[in-house]
Amino acid sequence: MLTADVSQAAEWRSLRKDLLKGDASFRAEKLHERAQATRRSILDMISTAGQGHIGGDFSVTDILTVLFDAVLDVDPEDPRKDGRDHFVLSKGHCAAALYSTLAHCGFFSADELRTFMEPMSALNGHPNRVKVPGVETNTGPLGHGLPVAVGAAIGARLRGNNSNVYVVLGDGEMQEGSNWEALMSASHQKLENLHVIVDRNRLQQGAGTEDTNGLDPLDARLAAFGLEVRIVDGHDYNALLEAMAPSTTGSPVAVIANTIKGKGVSFIEDRVEWHHKVPSKEQTTQAFQELS
Amino acid sequence: MTTAPALKEAPTFDNRQDFADELIQLARTNERIVAVCNDSVGSSNLNKFRDEFPDRLINVGIAEQNMVGVSAGLANAGLIPFVCAAGPFLTGRSLEQIKADVAYSQHNVILCGMSPGMAYGELGPTHHSVEDFSWLRALPGLDIVVPADGDQTRAAIRNAVANPRPTYIRVGRFKVPKVSDHDPSFERGKFVVAREGSDMTIIAAGTEVSRALWAAASLEADGISARVLNATYLSPLDEAAITAAARETRAIVTAEEANVAGGLGAAVASIVGQLEDEARVPLRILGLKDFAPTGSTQYLLEHFGLEAEDIANAARGALNRD
Repeated sequence: MLTADVSQAAEWRSLRKDLLKGDASFRAEKLHERAQATRRSILDMISTAGQGHIGGDFSVTDILTVLFDAVLDVDPEDPRKDGRDHFVLSKGHCAAALYSTLAHCGFFSADELRTFMEPMSALNGHPNRVKVPGVETNTGPLGHGLPVAVGAAIGARLRGNNSNVYVVLGDGEMQEGSNWEALMSASHQKLENLHVIVDRNRLQQGAGTEDTNGLDPLDARLAAFGLEVRIVDGHDYNALLEAMAPSTTGSPVAVIANTIKGKGVSFIEDRVEWHHKVPSKEQTTQAFQELS
Repeated sequence: MTTAPALKEAPTFDNRQDFADELIQLARTNERIVAVCNDSVGSSNLNKFRDEFPDRLINVGIAEQNMVGVSAGLANAGLIPFVCAAGPFLTGRSLEQIKADVAYSQHNVILCGMSPGMAYGELGPTHHSVEDFSWLRALPGLDIVVPADGDQTRAAIRNAVANPRPTYIRVGRFKVPKVSDHDPSFERGKFVVAREGSDMTIIAAGTEVSRALWAAASLEADGISARVLNATYLSPLDEAAITAAARETRAIVTAEEANVAGGLGAAVASIVGQLEDEARVPLRILGLKDFAPTGSTQYLLEHFGLEAEDIANAARGALNRD
């Protein structure tokens, strides 16, 4: 198990304080800085490793940044603390985005990011909770994170603490039946402490979601399953932050975050082939410039 | 050690009764114990648990993938979930959840395969849980526990609560006699010596332990001294007991109410087959090689050659090859 980077964690804590005190434009500016730094880490990791899922990493980066920098009640120095908020990245192939985010909060040293997918690295292509602090459950096969999040939300309630549970799913992943089993449970159990966030970038590995096995009307479907549905621009930091507010109906909250796969780099954005393509040297240089 | 002739006339029991009683007893003093099921309150004998702890029984309905995922989440939140569902659906339908969410994630979930083996007799192969050993043995980090009677079922639950770790326990429905009337306790990763013997060894799991003891009595009448090992744990595997059986006795017969592709017999073979030449004794593996035809559990045990006489005959055959 990797261990916390104490000074990075302290920096993150003071940044959080500033963020929560500041006004909306200050928050947006700070969160954007943090997200772009995460994207640069991701780019570095993927071009160094020669593999990874850059498109989905970039679409989910802003969501992860808002959650970790402004929402989650977690302690990088005590990642399994009783009563913490639980975060589950169900789209486990976007591990690089999660690792970068966790390192920037001090869950472990950012130096570790350079080992991404190297032999014996803790940072596997898909996250492993046994080795990486801040990872709650091992994902990779799709349709696994939401049931686990539902269980954590039920568990938090049974234990009588105020934990909230946030799970991020890819939109293509909503084709997995296990997610709909879990959504039924979430609303049946009235899990108002659960936020189900769908990274709606409208692309899956091979094609558009709507050209593969259409999800729309996703909002109506989630509402029909009993969730309180919020639709936001998944790259608007303040809108995302508002969407993470507690349930107003006593039902679990679904956030459809409309995103752009590959967000932040012009030639990667919204292109299906960039699901797991690796940028060349020249492309990496250009991408760094665009993200700076 | 048990005396077999008395065993054959002994009353038989459904292990689910002991399972439920023990779970309730432990839940009274340990509020972290919860039960999770898939519309299987009745078939898992959880009615009394639900009555006493209504909030701590989570029935997710007929949704096994979600059931195991939810249980991993409950464990993640610090609870000790006992997942109670018919073995075939628990292990087959949610195998990937058991792999990724429980074994690989090391979430301390106790998976209770109710009515395993061919307990559902005439309901057929869809309802038989005979692949569980093969499937689950392939998962590192998951204990596989096979109690042979009600008292051992209780002991298995006590062990799981005292030291929670990812675990699969078979909870039998087909009635079996008590085979551990003196001391039902057992240790992680160890077989229990159910009967000492020096000529050959029978290694049996679950239902087959009673059959193995009867077989040993039958062999004794022929002057053959049979050691009987109760394979309470399939994972971790008791390699030392298997190795000792191969070195100290002249043949090994394994018996399991499971498919032989990757179960107890296959596990024993993988140890014995890699021993030095002198220790590589003749081995007979009894179990299923096909989907079961229509028949009651008892009928099917006979059909697949899993009754006491079949074990005894396999032992005689293996010894004659010496």
